[in-house]
Amino acid sequence: MSSTFAHEVSISPGLAKAPTGIQGLDEITGGGLPRGRPTLVCGSAGCGKTLLAMEFLVRGAAQFGEPGVFVSFEETTQELTQNVRSLGFDLDDLVKQKKLAMDFVRIERNEIEETGEYDLEGLFVRLNFAIDSIGAKRVVLDTIEALFGGLSNISILRGELRRLFRWLKDKGVTALITCESGEGTLTKHSLEEYVSDCVIVLDHRVTDQMSTRRLRIVKYRGTSHETNEYPFLIDADGISVLPVTSLGLQHTASAERISSGIPRLDAMLGGEGYFRSSTVLMSGTAGSGKTSIAAHFAAAACQRGERCLYFAFEESPGQILRNMRSIGIDLEQWVDKGLLHFHASRAAIHGLEMHLATIHKLVREFQPRVVIMDPVGSLTSVGTRQDANVMLTRLIDFLKMQGITALLTSLTSGDEALEQTVVNVSTLVDTWLLLRDLELDGERNRVMYVLKSRGMAHSNQLREFLLTDQGVELQNVYLGAEGVLTGSARQTREATEKAASLLRHQEVEAKQRERVLKREAHEARIIALQKEFEAEEEVAKRDSDQERSREETNRQDRDRMGISRQGDKVLKDAEPSARSHQTPRVRT
Amino acid sequence: MTDEIPEKESKTTEVFEKLVAGTKSEERYVLRLYVTGMTPRSTEAFASIKAICEERLQGRYELEVIDIYLHPQLAVDEQIIAVPTLVKLLPAPLRKMVGDLSNLDRVLLGLDLRRK
Repeated sequence: MSSTFAHEVSISPGLAKAPTGIQGLDEITGGGLPRGRPTLVCGSAGCGKTLLAMEFLVRGAAQFGEPGVFVSFEETTQELTQNVRSLGFDLDDLVKQKKLAMDFVRIERNEIEETGEYDLEGLFVRLNFAIDSIGAKRVVLDTIEALFGGLSNISILRGELRRLFRWLKDKGVTALITCESGEGTLTKHSLEEYVSDCVIVLDHRVTDQMSTRRLRIVKYRGTSHETNEYPFLIDADGISVLPVTSLGLQHTASAERISSGIPRLDAMLGGEGYFRSSTVLMSGTAGSGKTSIAAHFAAAACQRGERCLYFAFEESPGQILRNMRSIGIDLEQWVDKGLLHFHASRAAIHGLEMHLATIHKLVREFQPRVVIMDPVGSLTSVGTRQDANVMLTRLIDFLKMQGITALLTSLTSGDEALEQTVVNVSTLVDTWLLLRDLELDGERNRVMYVLKSRGMAHSNQLREFLLTDQGVELQNVYLGAEGVLTGSARQTREATEKAASLLRHQEVEAKQRERVLKREAHEARIIALQKEFEAEEEVAKRDSDQERSREETNRQDRDRMGISRQGDKVLKDAEPSARSHQTPRVRT
Repeated sequence: MTDEIPEKESKTTEVFEKLVAGTKSEERYVLRLYVTGMTPRSTEAFASIKAICEERLQGRYELEVIDIYLHPQLAVDEQIIAVPTLVKLLPAPLRKMVGDLSNLDRVLLGLDLRRK
């Protein structure tokens, strides 16, 4: 349960501490209550003192193997058992297992007559008896001031209480003593004078009809502790304190990028989408498509096999599923697969702290990688703007520590500056998408732009987007004389460009055709020339052949003439083969 | 069963009449003194109640001294916080007198023995 807190409880080496096991309390006390020392818990009636004390004992017995004694001055054992059964604490069973001993101390003033000096040794004996019977390590005295109502000798009581706290210390038990808070003092009878080790104040305040419980550590000797007031709540699992501000700014920054679910939006965000564990704020006017973009992100997360927790403050899950189906996003399949969980509640039903606690609890239980809150601005209807801001700061810190990517949507109302969110969380978020409506040419069109995105080169363009049957589609950008063109103006421009491009295309084609024809003509001419040349060559060849044959004939005629004259016989022998007879001369 | 009712009624009337008459001389006293060991305060308280009983309740009282160091469970059962505590079990009503019983008036008041 508590292990889900990434921020590990740091235990200061000097002082031994007894972990309470109460969600959050160990974080702000740095490990628990001072071991072997008494701790004072003060608060007015009904602020949860008894429950805190009981949880300390029950968790001690069940989780840390430390048996405990509960000495009640106000409620009987039976009443207590019944009261805490609704929180899942079975006291009878713990008593049976000898992990818990309970003693109800009843003091009725009308039955008591004070006849002289006395001491409270009876209480000591009973306490000692109970402690020894189960080997208790923890003791609760709830509410010890009842003694002041039953006994009138204040000086004796004060002396005895001082002795009691000393005795508890000597006994080495970790004691928790509850007290009524007084006016101007921490406790009605100034018991804080005796218990100086650790004092915790519980408070229950009602502001604007919303009640909030708060816890503060006034004093914790020998240890550093958080001094802020922390809201806490009591629900079906007991007390949980929200130590969120104690988490600080130690979260590691992930370099991993995750898709927004809209490819062209990813492209605007440096091409890869959001950083993992970053916080994304999407603000926009009513009907600007915030939920649709959030749904894309949810679907993308589920597609990756990651769990997604969707807090809806204004729509029911059914409504969101139906609406998203109409733009082609089927979220129902992810709900069925258990990857997507909706938590829908009106912001106004709880106080802010309760919301924060619910969110914490669900996050711890569901372990999502992605959280969507739609819209966070509605939380301001619960508390003041400042409170909501504080709460969101805590929430964002918490989610970052858990490595959860958060998408918050925020409604910007018409009378506010656009670049201002209802809750001033803009400085806390890493990426801020601004959605807005552009009114132009009698139309209202949706545009978005990335106002900031830490750590990435993001687009600075205003982009129009459409909600189509296939979801959100980002359109190309057309800039006109009056800025970005959207809607019909964009379409007109698109059409014009299309026509122009067609014309250009046709021209190019015509030129190309012309070129082909030209080439063909050239080729034909080349062929013709070649043929002409070949013909000429043919003629030339024929001429030369004729010439040769004429020469041959001439020679033959000469030879014939020679033979007929018989004058040139040697000449006939003077053939190259015959003349080679002279070569042996070279050999010698 | 039916014949028991008148008997009870008569008893109640008897008790009531006795109370009205202020005659407590026959009432039986059952007293318990819870102490923690033999501290000076314990012994003082014991001496004090012993003297009162001997003086006013001679023969009709029962005084038991219980050391809760030895019997802590009894302290739990009897809701003892302060010591010494003198518990008057009978006659009714149950009353607890805490302290060393040094304030005689208060002790007598607690024991319903104060003279009118």
